[in-house]
Amino acid sequence: MSKVLDKKMLSRDVVQMKLLAPEIASERQAGQFIIVQVDSDFSERIPLTIADADEKAGSITIIFQIVGKSTLKLAQKKTGESVENLLGPLGKPTHIEKFGTVVCVGGGIGVAPLHPIAQAMKNAGNRVITIIGARTKDLLILEDEMRSIADELIICTDDGSYGRKCLVTEPLKEICEKGGADLAVTIGPAIMMKFCAETTRPFGVKTYASLNTIMVDGTGMCGGCRVTVGNETKFVCVDGPEFDAHLVDFDNMMLRLRSYKPQEQDANHACHLQAAIDQLQR
Amino acid sequence: MSYIPADKLKEEAQTIIKEIDFSNLKPKDRLRIPMQEMPAQEPKARAKNIQEVALGYFEEQVKLEAERCLQCKNAPCIKGCPVEINIPGFIKAAAEGDYQKSVNIIKESSMLPAICGRVCPQETQCMAECTVGKSLKDMDKSVAIGRIERFVADWERAKGKMSVPEIAPSTGKKVGIVGSGPAGLTAAADVRKAGHEVVLFEAFHKLGGVMIYGIPEFRLPKEILDKEIDNLLSMGVKIKRNFLVGRTRKVKDLIEKDGFDALFIGTGAGLPNFMNIEGENLVGVSSANEFLTRANLMKAYTPDKADTPIFTGKRTAVIGGGNVAMDAARMALRVGAEKVYVIYRRTENEMPARREEVAHAKEEGIIFSFLSSPVRILGDETGKVKGIECLKYVLGEPDDSGRRKPVAVKGSEFTLEMDSVIMALGNSSNPLISQTAPEIGVNKWGNITVDEDGKTSMDKVYAGGDIVLGAATVILAMGEGRRAAASINKLLADNK
Ligand SMILES: Cc1cc2nc3c(=O)[nH]c(=O)nc-3n(C[C@H](O)[C@H](O)[C@H](O)COP(=O)(O)OP(=O)(O)OC[C@H]3O[C@@H](n4cnc5c(N)ncnc54)[C@H](O)[C@@H]3O)c2cc1C
Ligand SMILES: Cc1cc2nc3c(=O)[nH]c(=O)nc-3n(C[C@H](O)[C@H](O)[C@H](O)COP(=O)(O)OP(=O)(O)OC[C@H]3O[C@@H](n4cnc5c(N)ncnc54)[C@H](O)[C@@H]3O)c2cc1C
Ligand code: SF4
Ligand code: FES
Repeated sequence: MSKVLDKKMLSRDVVQMKLLAPEIASERQAGQFIIVQVDSDFSERIPLTIADADEKAGSITIIFQIVGKSTLKLAQKKTGESVENLLGPLGKPTHIEKFGTVVCVGGGIGVAPLHPIAQAMKNAGNRVITIIGARTKDLLILEDEMRSIADELIICTDDGSYGRKCLVTEPLKEICEKGGADLAVTIGPAIMMKFCAETTRPFGVKTYASLNTIMVDGTGMCGGCRVTVGNETKFVCVDGPEFDAHLVDFDNMMLRLRSYKPQEQDANHACHLQAAIDQLQR
Repeated sequence: MSYIPADKLKEEAQTIIKEIDFSNLKPKDRLRIPMQEMPAQEPKARAKNIQEVALGYFEEQVKLEAERCLQCKNAPCIKGCPVEINIPGFIKAAAEGDYQKSVNIIKESSMLPAICGRVCPQETQCMAECTVGKSLKDMDKSVAIGRIERFVADWERAKGKMSVPEIAPSTGKKVGIVGSGPAGLTAAADVRKAGHEVVLFEAFHKLGGVMIYGIPEFRLPKEILDKEIDNLLSMGVKIKRNFLVGRTRKVKDLIEKDGFDALFIGTGAGLPNFMNIEGENLVGVSSANEFLTRANLMKAYTPDKADTPIFTGKRTAVIGGGNVAMDAARMALRVGAEKVYVIYRRTENEMPARREEVAHAKEEGIIFSFLSSPVRILGDETGKVKGIECLKYVLGEPDDSGRRKPVAVKGSEFTLEMDSVIMALGNSSNPLISQTAPEIGVNKWGNITVDEDGKTSMDKVYAGGDIVLGAATVILAMGEGRRAAASINKLLADNK
């Protein structure tokens, strides 16, 4: 049982939640995640990145987008209520060292998991350039937090409602062209990570992507999270979640992410989800 | 074997009982009592429900089956039992109708009789040594030891009161048990009995290991497992669920910082094997572990209640020939598949699955394709499985395991139309513990190596079960848990 200590909406469908989890708070490192299950019997187990942790208070923070039944169920938990199961910290921590200049590229909800990594990279003495993107201004999250860490912050929106009107790959390419990147870290929708990898590849800039496959146990037991990396099958939950983006087969990963699409649509008719999100705003 | 309805079996047993004078049975009379078949749900009906298939003996049947035992002086059956249960002893008590005494005799050696009675491969253990089977020249006609075991264990559970073992006074020592499969549960109970404080760590939100997430409800009802676990709780074992040793806390920190005097690692063989063939990552291909976990642990067999989706193909191929393959195939039927194929590269004789499970699967309509193995899985333009291409095999020379090695027949490719494929190729050991605690030595398969006391190469750390043996059985895991617990109890008694 883990108590919800605090909850706030970062945008219309993005929730920031603080949970009591002293053991996880004291062990976790940047890049690791948890598995949450709202109740034991029938709920799904879903993976979410640990966005922040406070060891003294024994709390961890997660930031998630409401995209389906399980994220909605979690969002509906009120402060003071509890989620039944919380397992973590899972996955290998991000490899942090002084690389020189690190470009952190986050898209959509991917900015949340990117934040602790950017922070750790900064603490290790790197110059950190952060590029964050969203479809439109209202969907942008953690701008202030990122600004306070980054030596340079570039904002992109698809519709130009804020920052530059472009995809995140455009400024990434410019930086690479100037020879200004020693390492890139990208987290976001699979398609975005794929194109970030394609952008840095010609420049030989080492690029890490943090993958968000479907998971069940998160301990290496089911193989549901498997991806192809450099022609080898890897389990994201134990071998990852970060991999060399130049070796990941993103096309196969995108296919597999849609495995349960028909069932998910059944579980959550889009209009039902929207109505439930409206409820949460009050 | 053809299906005989339960009430018919009961009637037959009642008739036979009336004809026998039990006060004066000679061995040849005993050999003449027919072996009692296990009553089961009707095959067509059970293939669409999740309830237990085998219903358990009627009291009349237990009487007859127990009277078949010759009470051999040398009791060869005991040598066939990995934990050496006093088999003639408990059978005699059952024949006399003293079920409590019978179950107590079993519990001297095995902590989980209701479970072992259901899932042990008796046909390769105790029953393979039984004098009755040998005399009748048909080992399938050995005394049905497991069915009697199950009956008396179920009798005790139905009665409501389970005997809680005595606990020695507190020693002030603390032992951590990692993993709640049969190895961990047994070790926890045995260490606790010696008066040590016991903390049981389990990664999942439910206890039981493979018995909860792997072996399906229709073979091992979860209610039985829950009862056994309640029993453990009543002994004062502390339980920490959602705790992944190696990640939530390192082995070293448990000992050095958290003050555990000893640890037992029973983390099982949880890493699913794949074939590394083309198309294995297509949508619709899963490991049996994933499929069974979704179905069992996440209860996806109740789609109206469970949030976890399961891939319900119409035509499902299961690759493999062990218990895992049988469970996956039979579960696939129950979650909606219309045609289920089991594809296995040897013949029925070499199948490692329990014979009873294979017979049940056949009755339920599972189609077996022996001597064939997939070469690639075919996908449609959206990346979904549409078929499976296989090669035919013949049996050649025996290999290291003594089984005849299958050899591919050139040019024998054939294609079966499928929309889902389940890989049931066995499991290897989960590398998490050894990766995060390099002090613990492993062999080339990644299994933890232990000495004859069950001790690993790391001080104060013991291990047992599938993580040591590779994928094995419930009873062997239990035996290993018991052995390591004895060593731990000795260690802690020595350094007072
Ligand atoms: C290691 C890891 C870390 C993650 N960290 C975060 C995080 O910090 N914040 C966050 O919001 N999400 C994160 N995710 C994704 C998150 O787990 C999914 O959004 C969630 O499982 C969806 O569950 P649902 O039942 O609400 O939606 P569903 O009903 O299952 O799905 C709704 C829609 O979301 C898509 N979807 C389903 N699963 C995923 C997935 N794993 N990734 C992307 N899309 C998916 C489906 O295709 C569907 O279109 C992470 C995933 C992984 C593997
Ligand atoms: C589908 C299937 C059917 C089977 N059918 C039969 C059968 O009919 N008869 C039979 O005798 N055997 C059968 N077996 C084999 C049998 O179940 C196993 O041999 C037995 O369960 C092994 O017990 P164990 O205690 O070693 O490990 P497991 O039962 O595997 O339990 C290990 C436990 O440890 C937990 N764990 C793992 N890592 C960690 C960690 N780092 N921290 C905390 N917890 C951890 C796991 O979550 C799990 O709960 C079957 C196996 C499968 C998969
Ligand atoms: S070998 Fe068979 S007949 Fe002999 S004691 Fe054992 S169960 Fe009874
Ligand atoms: S989530 Fe099951 S193996 Fe990774």
